[in-house]
Amino acid sequence: MDLSALDPVALIASLIVAATPLVLAGIGELVVEKSGVLNLGVEGMMIVGAIAGFAAAVGTGNPFLGLVTAAAAGMLLALVFGLLTQFLLANQVATGLALTMVGLGLAALIGQPYAGIKPPGSPRLDIPHVSDLPVVGPLLFSHDAMVYVALALVIATWLFLGRSRAGLVLRAVGENHDAAHSLGYPVVRIRLYAIAFGGACAGLGGAYLSLIRVPQWTEGMTAGAGWIALALVVFASWKPWRVLFGALLFGGITTLQLNTQALNINPAIPAGALLLAAGLIWLVASLSASRAAGSPLVMLLTGAVVLAFGLIYPRMQIGSAWLSMAPYLVTILVLVLISSDRTRAALSAPHSLGRLFHPSS
Amino acid sequence: MKLRTVFAAAMAMTLAAGAALAQAKDHIKIGFVYVGPVGDFGWTHEHDQGRKAIEAALGDKVETTYVENVREGPDAERVITQMARSGMDLIFTTSFGYMDQTIKVAKRFPDVKFEHATGYKRAHNVATYSARFYEGRHVIGLIAGHMTRTNTIGYIASFPIPEVVRGINAAYLAAKSVNPDVKFKIVWVSTWFDPAKEADAANALIEQGADVIMQHTDSPAAMTIAEETWKSPDGRKVYAFGQASDMKEFGPNARLSSIIDNWAPYYIERAKAVLDGTWESKDTWGGIREGMTKIGEFSDKIPEEVRKQAQAAADAIAAGTLHPFTGPINKQDGTPWLKEGETADDATLLGMNFYVEGIEGQLPQ
Repeated sequence: MDLSALDPVALIASLIVAATPLVLAGIGELVVEKSGVLNLGVEGMMIVGAIAGFAAAVGTGNPFLGLVTAAAAGMLLALVFGLLTQFLLANQVATGLALTMVGLGLAALIGQPYAGIKPPGSPRLDIPHVSDLPVVGPLLFSHDAMVYVALALVIATWLFLGRSRAGLVLRAVGENHDAAHSLGYPVVRIRLYAIAFGGACAGLGGAYLSLIRVPQWTEGMTAGAGWIALALVVFASWKPWRVLFGALLFGGITTLQLNTQALNINPAIPAGALLLAAGLIWLVASLSASRAAGSPLVMLLTGAVVLAFGLIYPRMQIGSAWLSMAPYLVTILVLVLISSDRTRAALSAPHSLGRLFHPSS
Repeated sequence: MKLRTVFAAAMAMTLAAGAALAQAKDHIKIGFVYVGPVGDFGWTHEHDQGRKAIEAALGDKVETTYVENVREGPDAERVITQMARSGMDLIFTTSFGYMDQTIKVAKRFPDVKFEHATGYKRAHNVATYSARFYEGRHVIGLIAGHMTRTNTIGYIASFPIPEVVRGINAAYLAAKSVNPDVKFKIVWVSTWFDPAKEADAANALIEQGADVIMQHTDSPAAMTIAEETWKSPDGRKVYAFGQASDMKEFGPNARLSSIIDNWAPYYIERAKAVLDGTWESKDTWGGIREGMTKIGEFSDKIPEEVRKQAQAAADAIAAGTLHPFTGPINKQDGTPWLKEGETADDATLLGMNFYVEGIEGQLPQ
């Protein structure tokens, strides 16, 4: 077996690239859902962000302006959703689905003249000497800027929701909008902020695809990434760090499988090894902070089992239809686990999620 | 018994009369079902060019409509049914995965003519058509074999259906014939159209040392990724080929040549046949000779003698003196397939479900 061609550093770097649009769209939708609004239009906002960002970047020659425009376009589309659901009290599920369709059509229309055009290149982080370090350099210090922005957004969202007063109010609105209203919080306005933030993030995620990952404009190029981002929020049980982990997992499964096919080895080998390594790091971290070591142990064991399976059948390839299903299957599993046990109620959806609010009711 | 005979005879007469009544029409409606967006600059784009060619050629005698981004499977049945119901006379279903749905809907609408691309199931009102893309694969395979410096050619494959397997085999045999050390790395992406995934696959292949990329998917993402490598100063310049469309604008440096699908002549002919009332179910499989498979312009990055060799191969295929599958060829497991000088028959090609000897890896089932 020839494992020499498998470069784990390059592999992890490509996992990060695959995960970034999901992190961006997922973290935005997480904040929206935390405020009690279910916006199923992520795919539509992403693709509008993709084309708006592309058009602006091509027009101005500046990728940064492209990203800003993408965020603005996503936000604008989200605010249409906000207007319909928050003021006109339209059904959120139906409006969200409609938003996806409008977004796909609108993007195709705007995108007509942009096929076959190349966007300006985006700068990568390049710290002299540090980015050239072996292993650590390509792993941590030489990605495109959006990777760091996505990571910063996860940290900021985590701090905002868990550590700030405004985040507490947002969560209160999501859990019980009537109670929050009676305490005098502007439910609708807070939700509009959340919706706008979600749209901006989805737009950025889309622009990441068209400006950095592929980089080109093709109609329908998000190809379901928005739906994966929606599943991701449920998978993460509405916790920011788990969005990051889930995005690496969901984005990583495909990338891993593509790489192992080219190598003609079982994807379980690198997947098991990565899980094993991540579990080990997590275990050491938990032990040194003297926290419970249950979950990291489970991860460690899963990694070992997967790796063993891969080594027993080194040439086996898992059908990619199964892998396309995997994110949704795992999400269903998580949903079942959450709802099977009352003590896990804290993990479950915000209580007012998807419910309409009117101050008079 | 007698009654049934009479009934059957009556039925037969009605049918015969019906067939005789299938006369010329002066206006027909034609529907197209597409698997991707018309702006994919690949497979669907070329079918849509064919649709526009019908309109240009037949003017106001025809009216065409299309539905894009139709998923293969149950959703396709709904779309095709809706088209048949809305009074279409001729419906083109342009992806392999619409096969069973087309047959099913055709049964319910016996008066509507159906044309299914790349399939093998026919009925009295369902014709099939495809292009011999493998002839084009042979030509670009020759070029790839010459142009690779790492002796590693990456191949982005969609689904393990005969058409795709045939393409891989044809390209491999051609590349191997000019470069005995050549290796194919094949990645199956399980989709016809997903630019992000196609780009990831191209990156994975480049990562594993491939410096020529071929694809059997519909978007120009892989071409874009290959073109990106020309920007970086580290010197690893990757080549690629246009698939279905020319894709030149996506890879001014990376693109070596392309296989272009040219459906227009066939589409016009079939639309005319419905107008004349001469349409009948048949199977059409045209190649370079018929002009259904076209080889795109050769890049000047290809050395002169290689260009000549590739052009000679294309000409010989068109003339019928060269068959891309000419023995001796063994299957992957070493069992003999074609003897010295023997050429593959169409039935085997249409059902091809094995790799030829020398290709590494397992064909997914």
